Amino acid sequence: MIVYGVALLSACLILGMLLGELLGVALGVEANVGGVGIAMLFLVLASNSDKFKALVDGASGTGIQFWSAMYIPIVVAMAARQNVVAAFEGGMLAVVAGVAAVIVSFALVPVISKIGNSETSSEESQ
Amino acid sequence: MEILETVFVRNSLVVAFAVVGLTIWISYFLADKLTKGRIHGSAIAIALGLLAAYFGGKATGGSTGVADITLLGGIGLMGGGMMRDFAIVATAFGVKLSELKKAGLAGVVSIFAGVIVSFVVGAVVAVLYGYTDPVAVTTIGAGAVTYIVGPVTGSALGADSDIIALSVAAGLIKSILVMIGTPLVAKTIGLNNPQSAMVFGGLMGTTSGVAAGLAATDPKLVPYGAMTATFYTGVGCLLGPSILFIIVNAIL
Repeated sequence: MIVYGVALLSACLILGMLLGELLGVALGVEANVGGVGIAMLFLVLASNSDKFKALVDGASGTGIQFWSAMYIPIVVAMAARQNVVAAFEGGMLAVVAGVAAVIVSFALVPVISKIGNSETSSEESQ
Repeated sequence: MEILETVFVRNSLVVAFAVVGLTIWISYFLADKLTKGRIHGSAIAIALGLLAAYFGGKATGGSTGVADITLLGGIGLMGGGMMRDFAIVATAFGVKLSELKKAGLAGVVSIFAGVIVSFVVGAVVAVLYGYTDPVAVTTIGAGAVTYIVGPVTGSALGADSDIIALSVAAGLIKSILVMIGTPLVAKTIGLNNPQSAMVFGGLMGTTSGVAAGLAATDPKLVPYGAMTATFYTGVGCLLGPSILFIIVNAIL
């Protein structure tokens, strides 16, 4: 049943969000800390486990795959509802701060990826 | 006209599906014919979405782009946080646990590095523009982290509303630039495997930006980047009003 997969996906999201919210409260932060990431972890665990086979195999799996495939259309809709006007009316300071932050962060991607790679390769050689 | 409006408003989400579907069809057509596949169809679709959001915002004066136009209200629901998170989690289906473990440490490092680097850059720019008040500098720096961390930090520190607005604008610029810029720099920064995607998500942090940027680069990388990115805002809200403010306060 397709709905079983959708229900599993929903359960993962709700559980993750609840934990993210609790983590926020525990840290004294006004934000959901990693709720979506935790939910993704649940779904990865469920789809790699034998216990949940009935909820992720066959038709049930297509219920999850459908929403995964709807991801790009949803992102396009998300782009269309951004407050683009406010972003550009913030003035030059906002533009410079935003652009500079992105450029520096882009530049760091290969640097930090390398740290990770050299560590994993040294672990493998040990 | 009235009948049209009634039908569109009553079925707003369905209208959104049709409009977005049409937009994507046009975008893939353009990507194929005009750029011979060099620019990804979804990159064009996202750029069209942002462009439409600009004109929608200009026309209505609202804050949610195209979704403020009565006939297109469903875009707001379709592109809202709930659907976005639901679809992001669904992309994790089929992800291998071993890939996540491999990049685990680099992923965690990237989240903290990303928050701190963006904050420092934002704060330095604020100082260069003549701000000396630690609260203002911290709030603007936090805005360069994400457009959520900015106002959360600003309200916690009691910043003026115009400074908070500025921090939101900085965060929005960052988010939009990540959406558009990621496919352009992907090759240069080695963004072509799950590990670098996790590091990328942790460094950029803006969930919307990472979500759209990776979708336009390689949809297979989306779950890895999204996984780390969703921790970023939380870490930012944690560090901004506390350690980072204390450091700024000590320096200025």
